[in-house]
Amino acid sequence: MLSIKDLHASIQGKEILRGLSLEVKAGEVHAIMGPNGSGKSTLASVLTGRDLFEVTHGEITFEGQDIGEWAPEDRARAGIFLGFQYPIEIPGVSMTNFMRTALNETRKAQNLEPLSSKEFLQRMREKKELVEIDSKLTNRSVNEGFSGGEKKRNEIFQMAMLEPKLAILDETDSGLDIDALRIVANGVNRLKTPENATIVITHYQRLLDYIIPDFVHVLYEGRIVMSAGKELALELEEKGYDWIKKQVDNPLITL
Amino acid sequence: MDMMVEIIDTREDLKKEFIQQRTILDQAIPGFGYQKREQAFAHFLKLGIPSTRVEEFKYTPLEPLFNKEYHRSYTFDPISFDKDLLFNCDVPNLETQVEFVVNSWYYHPEHRLQVLSNGIILGSLAEAAKQYPELFQKHYTKYANPASDGLIALNTAFAQDGFFLYLPKNTVMDQALQLINMMMSDRNLMTQQRNLIILEDNSEANLLVCEHTMSNHDFLSNSVTEVYAGKNARLHLTKMQNENNDSSQLAAVFIHQEADSQVSTNTISLHGGFIYNRFDVALQGRGAHNDTFGLYLTDRNQHISNRTLIDHAVPDATSNQTFKGVLDDDAHGSFTGKILVRKDAQRTAAYQSNNNILLTDRAKMNTKPMLEIFADDVKCSHGATIGQLDSDALFYLRSRGISQKEARLLLMYAFTYEVIAAIPVEGLRLRVEELVSKRLRGELSRCNDCTNGCR
Ligand SMILES: Nc1ncnc2c1ncn2[C@@H]1O[C@H](COP(=O)(O)OP(=O)(O)OP(=O)(O)O)[C@@H](O)[C@H]1O
Ligand SMILES: [Mg+2]
Repeated sequence: MLSIKDLHASIQGKEILRGLSLEVKAGEVHAIMGPNGSGKSTLASVLTGRDLFEVTHGEITFEGQDIGEWAPEDRARAGIFLGFQYPIEIPGVSMTNFMRTALNETRKAQNLEPLSSKEFLQRMREKKELVEIDSKLTNRSVNEGFSGGEKKRNEIFQMAMLEPKLAILDETDSGLDIDALRIVANGVNRLKTPENATIVITHYQRLLDYIIPDFVHVLYEGRIVMSAGKELALELEEKGYDWIKKQVDNPLITL
Repeated sequence: MDMMVEIIDTREDLKKEFIQQRTILDQAIPGFGYQKREQAFAHFLKLGIPSTRVEEFKYTPLEPLFNKEYHRSYTFDPISFDKDLLFNCDVPNLETQVEFVVNSWYYHPEHRLQVLSNGIILGSLAEAAKQYPELFQKHYTKYANPASDGLIALNTAFAQDGFFLYLPKNTVMDQALQLINMMMSDRNLMTQQRNLIILEDNSEANLLVCEHTMSNHDFLSNSVTEVYAGKNARLHLTKMQNENNDSSQLAAVFIHQEADSQVSTNTISLHGGFIYNRFDVALQGRGAHNDTFGLYLTDRNQHISNRTLIDHAVPDATSNQTFKGVLDDDAHGSFTGKILVRKDAQRTAAYQSNNNILLTDRAKMNTKPMLEIFADDVKCSHGATIGQLDSDALFYLRSRGISQKEARLLLMYAFTYEVIAAIPVEGLRLRVEELVSKRLRGELSRCNDCTNGCR
């Protein structure tokens, strides 16, 4: 589904991603972990087409198409979704209007008729239940005055509304209380099908108790330096990143 | 050429005309004596058209407008116009009483002045001056002082007609009143419209004013509106400016508010070549509240100036000014807003904000907030911003599949909404919402679908 080859990306001349490669197949769940500032959010931004970052080298293909030059909206319409680490507040744009526009613009691009009011509201209701989000929130402006946890839950609500093929969830678990974490994880699991895939970026093993990853990758200094099964997350929780850093910075020392 | 010479030219030109048209002007608003006009004209000769050296006009260059050739008409020639052309002024879902002013003359096929069953009077200003001289003289030129400004002086010297509205004590206009100001002519035209709106104690009215040009010429309108709001009177005024891009509109509104009165104005500038809006509010009674809101959407070479003065003359009055603008292409805007809190005006609360979005790096905005506070127990604030659309918000919207164009529209619309939301009459608010959203989409032609061949 997604194939990233030797990706280099920089901002203001500073290289952040430095030769990153990753393969994600339909039905898989990948977890990306790594120290602060290692480039996890940058990867998410580059995958979704944020023009702040300049891709200097490498290739991103999604379902066989090179999407490297695509606009963010075209990637979204192709089925890529990003749950933001820091969701943006947009006063004056209602959640309802936002979601209706997003859905209908996507449908238009797919030559589908816009949803009728009734269908749209029906979908809102269903998905609200799925992620247990309060109507009080969805009746407001996008993220305006939402608490940190409410914003994260709202990201999952949007994901549920848009039903993407590939969801990239950037630290959706941070800032969530224990109940909310379970609800969000449940939401993600219930939206899982053999046709879609999920990349979860997280610092905590805890989330991976709920969303069981097929692979765990460690991102360090703009590269994936280690990949293994879900047991790696436990090991990281226990030992931290130092042993990996040492190994990467000093490949001659054997552990 | 020296700028002073140009000003004098305008003055000389107008002076000749003032003397020539003496009899006709005197007949227009009699009973007041020619004296008022002569005084006003003397002020005009002294003051001239304000130049950019006058602080309030620093970013409002008027001279080029007055250097164009205009026809000036001293008699109303009732040009036939097709009311159906005015479908664009329609406000669906709102019952309104519609009144027309054409080239500064009140126009109605049957009457000059109407007295409604509850004593409300509306119609021609000139006619009101004849039929109700006492009422007229009590208010006329009391709030707009010709000695203070060349444009007011010019208007007062030449004004012959305009719109008049009078609400007796305790009356409520049950329908919103819609006043359509039209400019239509077969050549360039300069007009001096004069309006007077009087709300006696405890009366209430909603007024919608639509400014339109109906033909394809350079128009220069220099209008003055005086508003008196008695104790506990409530007036809401929404003004929609939608004129052709060769028209220039100078519109000054002077509002006098007595105790506990509430006046709100909401000026939506959709199109127009050169717009200068002035709002001068005198809060003269305790408990008075004023809202002065404005929204301007400009592009190409349009110019928009908004100038305000909220004068807190007494204690315990409150005011709020909110102006927002989106400037595209080479548009130029200016905001000069002043809050004056006089020595005795304790416990004043006065707020002002002016926020702007520039869509290109050629668009320009000059914003100048001024606070003059002489009382010590006051709450005042002002803030001005000039910026671009928020790029994080744009990306967030686009990352959900919303096109760049639509995302920009959503953000622009959200930005303007605060002003629209302040319109208290629902049907009107919905109509303004629709027009603004059309305007932002570029679907609103300058004369809004008018078939009259406007540029
Ligand atoms: N807009 C920006 N301007 C300058 N530098 C940036 C910008 N965005 C990211 N960076 C830098 O890129 C590097 C990687 O940042 P990124 O946000 O991708 O890290 P991260 O792995 O997501 O970290 P965290 O775990 O703290 O979320 C950091 O050094 C950061 O300072
Ligand atoms: Mg991050």
